[in-house]
Amino acid sequence: MSKPKKVITIGGGVAGTEVSSLLAELGYDVTLIEKNSQTGGKLNGWSHLFPTGRPAAQVAEFLQHKVQRNSFKTICQTDVSQVVFGNGSFLVKTSGDERLPADAVVISTGFDIFDATRKEEYGYSVYENVITSVDLENRLKAGAPITTAAGNKPCRIAFIHCVGSRDEKCGNHHCSKVCCVTGVKQATELAKQLPQAEIFCFYMDLRMFGLPYESMYREAQEKYNIQFIRGRLSEAAENADGTLQIKAEDTLSGRPLKMQVDLVVLLVGMVPGKNTAHMADLFELQREPNGFLQTEDPHLFKNRSSRKGVFLAGTCTGPMTVDETLDHARSAALDIHHYLQNK
Amino acid sequence: METPLFTYPFSIGLMFIVSFLLVVTCIWLAALSKSDRKLILKKIPGPASLKAIGETFMEALLHRKIFRKNPVLGYMHTSLAFGWFLLIVVGHLEAAVHYHTFSFPLWKSIFFRYAEPAPATGFAGHFFATSMDFLLLLILSGVGLAYYKRFNSRAFGMKKTTQLKVGDRIALTALWLIFPLRLIAEGVSAGLHRNGSFLTQPTGNLLAAILPLPLLEKPVWWAYSCALGVFFVAMPVSRYMHIPVEVLLIFLRRYGVRSQKHVNGYTRVQVFSCSRCGICLDSCQMNHANIRNTQSVYVLKQIRGRRLSDEQLFNCLLCGRCQKDCPVGIDLNDIRITQRIESTAEYNSTYDYLKNGPSPQADVVYFAGCMTHLTPSIKKSMQKLLNYAQVNYWFMDEHKAPCCGRPLIQAGQLEAAQKLIANNRDKIMQSGARTLVVSCPICYKVFSEDYKLPNVRVMHHAEYLLELVNQGLLPVHNSPKRVVYHDPCELGRGSGIYDQPRQLLGQYVELITMKHEKEDAFCCGGSLSNIKISMQERDRIRDHVLEEFQQYRPDQVVTACPLCKKTFTKGTEVEVRDLAEIVWESVSQQIIAAQPPVKQLEPEEVPS
Ligand code: SF4
Ligand code: SF4
Ligand code: SF4
Repeated sequence: MSKPKKVITIGGGVAGTEVSSLLAELGYDVTLIEKNSQTGGKLNGWSHLFPTGRPAAQVAEFLQHKVQRNSFKTICQTDVSQVVFGNGSFLVKTSGDERLPADAVVISTGFDIFDATRKEEYGYSVYENVITSVDLENRLKAGAPITTAAGNKPCRIAFIHCVGSRDEKCGNHHCSKVCCVTGVKQATELAKQLPQAEIFCFYMDLRMFGLPYESMYREAQEKYNIQFIRGRLSEAAENADGTLQIKAEDTLSGRPLKMQVDLVVLLVGMVPGKNTAHMADLFELQREPNGFLQTEDPHLFKNRSSRKGVFLAGTCTGPMTVDETLDHARSAALDIHHYLQNK
Repeated sequence: METPLFTYPFSIGLMFIVSFLLVVTCIWLAALSKSDRKLILKKIPGPASLKAIGETFMEALLHRKIFRKNPVLGYMHTSLAFGWFLLIVVGHLEAAVHYHTFSFPLWKSIFFRYAEPAPATGFAGHFFATSMDFLLLLILSGVGLAYYKRFNSRAFGMKKTTQLKVGDRIALTALWLIFPLRLIAEGVSAGLHRNGSFLTQPTGNLLAAILPLPLLEKPVWWAYSCALGVFFVAMPVSRYMHIPVEVLLIFLRRYGVRSQKHVNGYTRVQVFSCSRCGICLDSCQMNHANIRNTQSVYVLKQIRGRRLSDEQLFNCLLCGRCQKDCPVGIDLNDIRITQRIESTAEYNSTYDYLKNGPSPQADVVYFAGCMTHLTPSIKKSMQKLLNYAQVNYWFMDEHKAPCCGRPLIQAGQLEAAQKLIANNRDKIMQSGARTLVVSCPICYKVFSEDYKLPNVRVMHHAEYLLELVNQGLLPVHNSPKRVVYHDPCELGRGSGIYDQPRQLLGQYVELITMKHEKEDAFCCGGSLSNIKISMQERDRIRDHVLEEFQQYRPDQVVTACPLCKKTFTKGTEVEVRDLAEIVWESVSQQIIAAQPPVKQLEPEEVPS
């Protein structure tokens, strides 16, 4: 048998580790380049996954097992600094001055979380009691009780949907897809932890696309008394006691609405990662108007980029749930396998 | 000599344009308010008239401002306008000296070389003949440049040149022909009678060598006269109306007539004063978003032709960059706002839900403004600073208060705005405060110009914080951060406040000087006044500005407007801050530094 063909994966989150494991298992010579000190990506920061409520750590562990079993080369704390295009091959140079040849490249650089300070009117990092869904998830993971900045139990909590998504003013037209159900999940978790608290979700419309999501939403209302208000937040202001005054319009009743709450959770959306943009530049790839990487065909070739030999896996192509990311990574592995076989 | 027939086109054209100008001037003056007309009558005998004459000379003839902006373009305008003016004056003197009187038929001075075929004699005769040739040469050089500009406007440092309509084409063609025809006509006469000077005589000799001059003399003078006549008749429907109307504008302005919030005679005068020089096209940042038909020159042209579309009228940032560069000094922003007021069906809310309770008494009223409520960090910094300096203030719009009204005015909703203004004004006056501090330049502009708040100082926080610093009420501390300061349109060009923000900022950080700042500062692109532009187009305008900032590699971009801050924040990784935040950050750090250090507990001492 001739020497195994070489694949480089850039980005070691959920998609990157999965695609690398599978390709290694198929006998390819895989190298994974990860910019952080550890693989696993943002999954490492999540507490529980919707819709099952399974601890994220269990899924991460499963993926990690696969990585270990297939023992491919992983280079951490490293960026890609340059790419040289050969005839059907690539030479990838890293910030660690390595020069890695490849027959195919997978880009799995993922998404970034929308920077909520860019929506200053919601008061993130100005008011202490305004947090993001990511902050909340991290706190839930740490197991700490959820309190206000002053350490009190919050009596009223507002979740704000579509922060940095579907918002022309932020330059993001797209729906981030996962935040609606994340909001339902987190609101339910808080309702369990703080049964006395009143919880409100301010939404534009609720996108419960997964099979069990609608039941989660119903349960949130019926069992946990979470109130869903259709209306977009216009601004938040702080009262002298640290509570927050939020202004919105209830678009179902058509009335402006003001509410005093103790804690505001911003459901921040997914935006194309800085690294993803960087890869688009290095590999000269087409991007969608919203900045995510363009696939060769939105129906048929969702793992191929606009450049031959460069494949895409996961949220660098658009918002996805963890489960969808795994599916996308697996289909990428298969597509690369076919490509390399016929090369 | 009898009046030759060929002079009739000229005379009829001249009579036409003179009567036309008299009539329109009367119409425009009649369309001024009574008080404006009184003002004019009062000031006519005073020094304002002299100043207006001086300004007419400097601007309408010498075009000093165009010269400053662009010397080549300035030379073109000057050689044409001033050259022609001198040609008429000197020509008249020449005839007067020749006839020993000032009472001779006008055509004799205009067509002097035809009327007096005898060669010039004596010193005076030669002097005048040479001067007239020299002036003709000067004008011809300007015409040559004008030809060149039509085909190659980049040579003039201008990227765009204006489009022509039929009236303009006729007038332009006539104008371009007048002086070459004059050269030929005088040349032909010189060839026949040897009455030319250094330019016309050689031209005549040359023509004599190749053409049967006796047959040609009448036709060329006919052509010259016709060109003049056509030019005069086409003038009212062409851009060249600006030549006489600009003079009227200069006089009215000197007499103290100003733009109002409705269309009046002064608006018309300004509209007709536009020379379509196109300088405003280059100033306009809409170009960066590839929007190229809404600039001031086009809007004025459409107002003149009564063909203005809302699309053009409202697709403008009201940034005032064009106004600052306009050599004629037309109030372009006011004209656009007036036009918006005229074209907008009023929003008919009564606003009767606006109630006024008693205002608390305070020394200072602080009005943050809607935009500042969307940038709470600015608001919070201001509250902390006012508290720190122990100012007795009332935060007027902390919970609810109507908008200042300016965005409505900019959108043309004057009547609606006035209701908000009345409500806010009552509250401010009731509070007994002597100072009104605002955080937003848009508010600043309307509070200081439209509110009429007797005995109340309206201050932007840049000015007020500087005052507190100067009174020693706020500590200063210089940090090594290098920042660029972005002048907000309404505070800078709109209100002339350039120095106070820089003085304040200079005490806290190191200020970098930029190429486009103060009057030349760019608009951030976020302007509320443009209700037609798309978000993507705004982003392009913004990115262009951010690119300039980047060249200076600043640690921070500082501005004094919540809207600018919001706009820039979305487009850059560099920190964007308002002045108030910079001051509060520094003050708060010094408060912390001044506190006694907290005692560190040893691990075993930690209470469990
Ligand atoms: S998933 Fe829901 S919250 Fe997220 S962007 Fe879409 S609609 Fe908004
Ligand atoms: S508005 Fe002013 S700058 Fe613009 S074309 Fe007219 S005269 Fe020139
Ligand atoms: S005000 Fe500004 S945006 Fe409007 S036409 Fe003038 S330069 Fe252009």
